[in-house]
Amino acid sequence: MIEYFVENASSFAGDIDNLFLVITLIIGFWFFLTFGILVYFIVKFRRKDGVKAKYFAGEKHSETKWTHYPHYAVIAMDVVIIAVNIMVWVNIKQTLPPRDNLVRVIGQQWTWSFIHAGPDGELDTPDDVATVNDLHLKLGDTYHFELQSRDVLHNFAVPAFRLRQDAVPGRTISGWFKPTKTGTYDLQCAEMCGYGHGIMGAAVTVHSAESYETTMAQIQNGTYESHYQKRMGTKTSLPSNTSQVDEEGSFAVLLASIF
Amino acid sequence: MSQAAAAVQTDTHAEHHEELSFLYKYILPVDHKIIGMQYIFTGMIMAIIGGYFAYAFRMQLAFPGELVPLYGLVGPGEYNMLVTNHGTIMIFWVAMPVLIAGFGNYLIPLMIGCDDMVFPRLNRLSYQIFLVSALVLIASFFVRGGGFGGAWTSYPPLSSVAEYSLTDWGASLWILAVALEFVSFLLGGINFVTTSMNARAPGMKMLDIPIAVWFIVVAVILFMASVGPLVAGAVMLFMDQRIGTTFFLPSGGGDPLLWQHLFWFFGHPEVYVVLLPTLGIVAEIITVFSRKKLFGYRTVLYTAFATGGLSFVVWAHHQFIAGIDPRMANVFTVTTVLISIPLAEMMFSYIATLYGGSIELKTPMLWALSFIAAFLIGGVTGIYLGASAMDVYFHDSYFVLAHFHYTFFPITIIGMFAALTYWFPKMFGRMMNETLGKIHFWGTFIPFNCIFLPLFFLGLAGQHRRIYNYEHFPDLATQELQNIRIFATVSLVVMLIFQLVFIYNFFVSMFKGKKAPNNPWNANTLEWTIPSPPQHGNFKDLPTVYRGPYEYSVPGREKDYWPQNEPPEEN
Repeated sequence: MIEYFVENASSFAGDIDNLFLVITLIIGFWFFLTFGILVYFIVKFRRKDGVKAKYFAGEKHSETKWTHYPHYAVIAMDVVIIAVNIMVWVNIKQTLPPRDNLVRVIGQQWTWSFIHAGPDGELDTPDDVATVNDLHLKLGDTYHFELQSRDVLHNFAVPAFRLRQDAVPGRTISGWFKPTKTGTYDLQCAEMCGYGHGIMGAAVTVHSAESYETTMAQIQNGTYESHYQKRMGTKTSLPSNTSQVDEEGSFAVLLASIF
Repeated sequence: MSQAAAAVQTDTHAEHHEELSFLYKYILPVDHKIIGMQYIFTGMIMAIIGGYFAYAFRMQLAFPGELVPLYGLVGPGEYNMLVTNHGTIMIFWVAMPVLIAGFGNYLIPLMIGCDDMVFPRLNRLSYQIFLVSALVLIASFFVRGGGFGGAWTSYPPLSSVAEYSLTDWGASLWILAVALEFVSFLLGGINFVTTSMNARAPGMKMLDIPIAVWFIVVAVILFMASVGPLVAGAVMLFMDQRIGTTFFLPSGGGDPLLWQHLFWFFGHPEVYVVLLPTLGIVAEIITVFSRKKLFGYRTVLYTAFATGGLSFVVWAHHQFIAGIDPRMANVFTVTTVLISIPLAEMMFSYIATLYGGSIELKTPMLWALSFIAAFLIGGVTGIYLGASAMDVYFHDSYFVLAHFHYTFFPITIIGMFAALTYWFPKMFGRMMNETLGKIHFWGTFIPFNCIFLPLFFLGLAGQHRRIYNYEHFPDLATQELQNIRIFATVSLVVMLIFQLVFIYNFFVSMFKGKKAPNNPWNANTLEWTIPSPPQHGNFKDLPTVYRGPYEYSVPGREKDYWPQNEPPEEN
């Protein structure tokens, strides 16, 4: 159902959509059953002249079974929901599959900085590629992210990946995702972070392998045009460092502006 | 008040029967009924402010960047301030005072058959502190930098560092107001529990107490047991803001997550603190208007205890993705989903109460039934959010928002209208207009669903909360989604307009309505055995109770109700 509204572009998006479907079927059944009975009772037992209401306390077994048996069924369905949920949760948040690639995501009021690991796959090496408000990913790579915040709480949220994770100042939070569909998607900050919370967006672009290499090269030689700004048209008032990169030394300037 | 009746009273009550001056009767009262009404009226005024805020920010969402009629321009900072204080006001200054303090004060002594609260002056102090807290909150909107805009959860470091929130004094006054409010309800709460346990009419056993009173008592116990950590947290936050401590600041060795634990350890029981009084009110109303005994009194009561107990071990479901250990999420998923067990049983019991009844759809009954219907939606959508993996997608989205409005709106607004329309004759001695009441009901209930049902779909589309303008998020800035936002906003405006019907009906009926008899609904509980409105000191002779509160349509009796204080017939 969710994929009707938002594309599913990560490996675990389907799991979450299925969990949603399982819960929807279970609670939908209960909701319509209960709601139907409620409406039926209201219509059926409207006041009629000369008809007196029944008198019973609902304490005898023959009466309480009408609430207890459905209630046992609720417990059984709860167990199903919990079981499916834990399977999905353990896969997404509790286990860290081996990585192909690494990216550091840094939130600060009110912008996102990304440090891509570069060809060597390690952070804090000279081949790192830093961008602001533009995250570039290679299709099919399992990414680990290191999530940090410089000031207040932020939330790294990519609806198309079905991913949300708080960034907490003072901590580095690890997680993973695996993009499975090329395209450019919204990245949101989904935790109240102050005055500019409403503009703290970024663009996530999932590239094919060759497009990824081209983009990375463009970023490094300064011919790169920010996907975020292209996407926003002229609506944004946020300056993006990446689009103004020029000549030598600019990359150091960019890094300096981030740290 | 006749001299003969006064003479029957024990001497401690004699002082109540002197004519009090206006000042002591209405401004500095010790009478629980007047204090209750002070709470209710203050809560209703705050509800108007909270509703006005909702109007302003919904208009901004539907028509971004345009002047909002009767408000003006809503900028990003102002938007944050409006949503933050809308939430704070509706929960702490509307739901709490009206449902717990207001109706608790008004109903507990009347329903258990005593002359007043056991600590009347404490009660008065409680209201006065509450009033101060409301004034402090309102003052915070007008200080330099404007009102606090860091969401009603006020997560630090945003709330604790002025450079981050840009609302230096707004944030401090906000937390001060919340802390004062808690002090007020702690004073009121101890009074409620003591009164209900110690001052019941002779013959009223524990299982003869009306569910409305029971649930307020359970709610108050939950509140008092959970609020301690948050008051401590509030003091720590205030110190972080004003004297430079670093309880919640990592750069000084603190931890932002500490606040979240303190806040939600209170915050989740708080949901049940406001839910239970409304469930109690609904139990009273559905039994009276279906002329039925409550189905499974004990089951209903014990499920409330179970819900209350469980509510202390679910708080981290607000923090599934906040950086807590992911293994912990599994435990909290289990406890959270378990809450559906007692609540489902309670809902089934309520619906079973209607079975075989003689249902009359008067305005209070419409409100009570609509509460059950709306709360069902709120309840079942909670299952999604209790499941930790679903939270990975839904955290801080409009799905969460729609879910908790489907719980809080029925609890606060529908519960308030149910209670007001039901006890209005007792409070003011006059009947409300039934036709206007029904117009108001449909004019509120239909737009309510039109506002919040579409928001579930916005949540599914990935729309996140507290954003003043979605133009900055291309995936969310589509025309289809904008149409949904406009539809919700227009529904809100329609709903607000229909509230004028209520205000008109309320005040006109108060002065010009038909005179109400003692017991207009033929109900059993003790408050209906005395004149409307009850005099100071409530009962001429303290009543004796012979039976439970829900003896409707007892076979072999001519009348279909049997007041709790009516002596059994001799055979």
